[in-house]
Amino acid sequence: MTATSPNTSASANGDVSGVDIEMVDVVKTYPGMRKPAVDKLSLHIPAGEIVMFIGPSGCGKTTSLKMLNRLIEPTSGTIKIGGEDIRGKDVDQLRRHVGYVIQGGSLFPHMTVAQNIGIVPGLLGWDRSRTAERVDELLELVSLDPRRYRDRYPRELSGGQQQRVGVARGLAADPPVILMDEPFGAVDPITRQRLQDELLSIQEELRKTIVCVTHDIDEAIKLGDRILILQEGAQVAQYDTPEAVLAAPANEFVEDFVGAGSTLKQLSLARIDDLELAHPTTAKVGEDCAEVRRRAEANGDKSVVVLDERNRPVDWPWLRELVGRDRIPGDVDETLMTLDRRATLNDALDTMLTSRHGAAVVTGRRDEYLGVVNFNAVTDHIQATEQQLSEQQLSERPAGEAPEDGSAG
Amino acid sequence: MSTAEDTSAAAPDTALDEAAAKPGNARESRLLLFVLPGVVALVFGAWLWWRAIADLDSIEARQLEAGLIMSLIWQHIKVTLVSTAFVLAIAIPLGIALTRPHFRRAAPVAVGIANAGQAAPSIGLIVLLAIWLGFGFWTAVAGLTLYAILPVLRNTITGLQGVDQTLVEAGRGIGMSGAGVLFRIELPLALPVIMTGVRTALVLLVGTATLVTFINAGGLGTLIVTGITLFRYPVLVSGALLVALLALLIDWAGRVLERVARPKGI
Repeated sequence: MTATSPNTSASANGDVSGVDIEMVDVVKTYPGMRKPAVDKLSLHIPAGEIVMFIGPSGCGKTTSLKMLNRLIEPTSGTIKIGGEDIRGKDVDQLRRHVGYVIQGGSLFPHMTVAQNIGIVPGLLGWDRSRTAERVDELLELVSLDPRRYRDRYPRELSGGQQQRVGVARGLAADPPVILMDEPFGAVDPITRQRLQDELLSIQEELRKTIVCVTHDIDEAIKLGDRILILQEGAQVAQYDTPEAVLAAPANEFVEDFVGAGSTLKQLSLARIDDLELAHPTTAKVGEDCAEVRRRAEANGDKSVVVLDERNRPVDWPWLRELVGRDRIPGDVDETLMTLDRRATLNDALDTMLTSRHGAAVVTGRRDEYLGVVNFNAVTDHIQATEQQLSEQQLSERPAGEAPEDGSAG
Repeated sequence: MSTAEDTSAAAPDTALDEAAAKPGNARESRLLLFVLPGVVALVFGAWLWWRAIADLDSIEARQLEAGLIMSLIWQHIKVTLVSTAFVLAIAIPLGIALTRPHFRRAAPVAVGIANAGQAAPSIGLIVLLAIWLGFGFWTAVAGLTLYAILPVLRNTITGLQGVDQTLVEAGRGIGMSGAGVLFRIELPLALPVIMTGVRTALVLLVGTATLVTFINAGGLGTLIVTGITLFRYPVLVSGALLVALLALLIDWAGRVLERVARPKGI
């Protein structure tokens, strides 16, 4: 196995730590069923990419996923992870090197957060101190304060926090491949958006090979480097990048599945990264209030973004709220909605609509502050994209031939 | 209602336990946990006091002599605990086996047999065994064991079946072996249900152990039988009372055990 250092900051340079997956003519027939649930699925998943499996229920997407860690044994065909045939390996050993994240986290209720995350390292024979260190590091990675959360039991956590721990458990032994089975299906939309953003920023650091089953096309478009759209019997309807799936659906099935209003779906393609961020006045916790007010007024700002010692936004008060204060208070505004820079414009609009500033704070790696995004930036971007698209269509129409990729049912 | 609010306000630190079970149940069991030993001690004290001042004839005095009572109580506890140990050693592994995929189909049959064991009149079971195996302690243990397997077996099966299958799959999916999942996930999660079965078995055994005096295995039943045959009511009532107190005490011990064994976090 490619044992990349568990020290995430060392691997933050974006080296691919994943390995590729190759499925060749994989068939799964359940006893007593005439039609195979998965019929001759062949697929190459490149190292370091997120591939989303999506399709109607009963299309075999979950079966296909579970065959990758042999929770379901294929009837025939070959699956190779990192070039090695997975059938040649001891099944428990295989699974310890393939992360597995399940809907709702599926944490063991009688174990603490630390114990849940430490299971696989324990199985691999890591010593206690190394495991403990790794647990804290992973909790940081999924934005949970280790001191506060490591000794809690799952039922003392919210759904979103449980799911974060579930992701941490999947990453525990630093596996090159991670399988996710509808990981964010059981949480509310706002939490889901946050978790998706976090997954993207984690992925940016770690570059694992992630295979994720979902039933949510927006999630597939947002998270996927590639999307695999499956029809009944795990027949590949289309396997391509989100952009290509939206721009050129391979057939009617995909078109129906992706849904009407693909222009709106473009909002799920564009990231905040693509926008120009505004940079209003910022202040550090504990700074002198009068000084901050002077700075803001000089900039013509009516509010300031307050950052903590690690540059994470904690509050976004109006200047008048600071009147009569000595120092910038360090209270965390729990309602402050932040957006990861990998969030989609869809997410951004959602968040801005509920924000009292009509704008949203954007954060980057490890929740560090990057700037502020407002409505104008989004609408400008949409207009620009629309223009570009229509120009493209005008020029491409005569030659427009969609790439027919694996559409043979 | 006001008293209920008072107690919950007075014990905010027990909120964790409250959430685990229905609030009513939790309160009831907590009450029993504290009150039971007190009641037992009180009644036993009263009996001792009566024993000291009562006007007894020579037969009664000999039957209720402290040394004899102590040895009867000890015999009673011993036959109960040894039978319980056998019950656990048989019923829990059997319950585990009957929830594994290969034997799952046999579970109803096994529960049916255990059911029959419990439905048979205990005195009949014990006497029949004695005719077959001879009188004495080990025959008593065999009879009691057969009689009390059912609750533990049934609760082991129910408890294990009640474990969320997605957790089992999650355990296997992250690379735990079948045995690992059984011992680290399934059994801990099923433990509260299993322990309830164990407590039921204990209470059943301590009561039924009264009958083993008929096959020369001693116990507090001896006092009752003597009291009846000799028309000595103080002896009869003392025997009955002591058995009742012992049963309450064992029930209490079972509850404490349930508490202690319940994994944190569930």
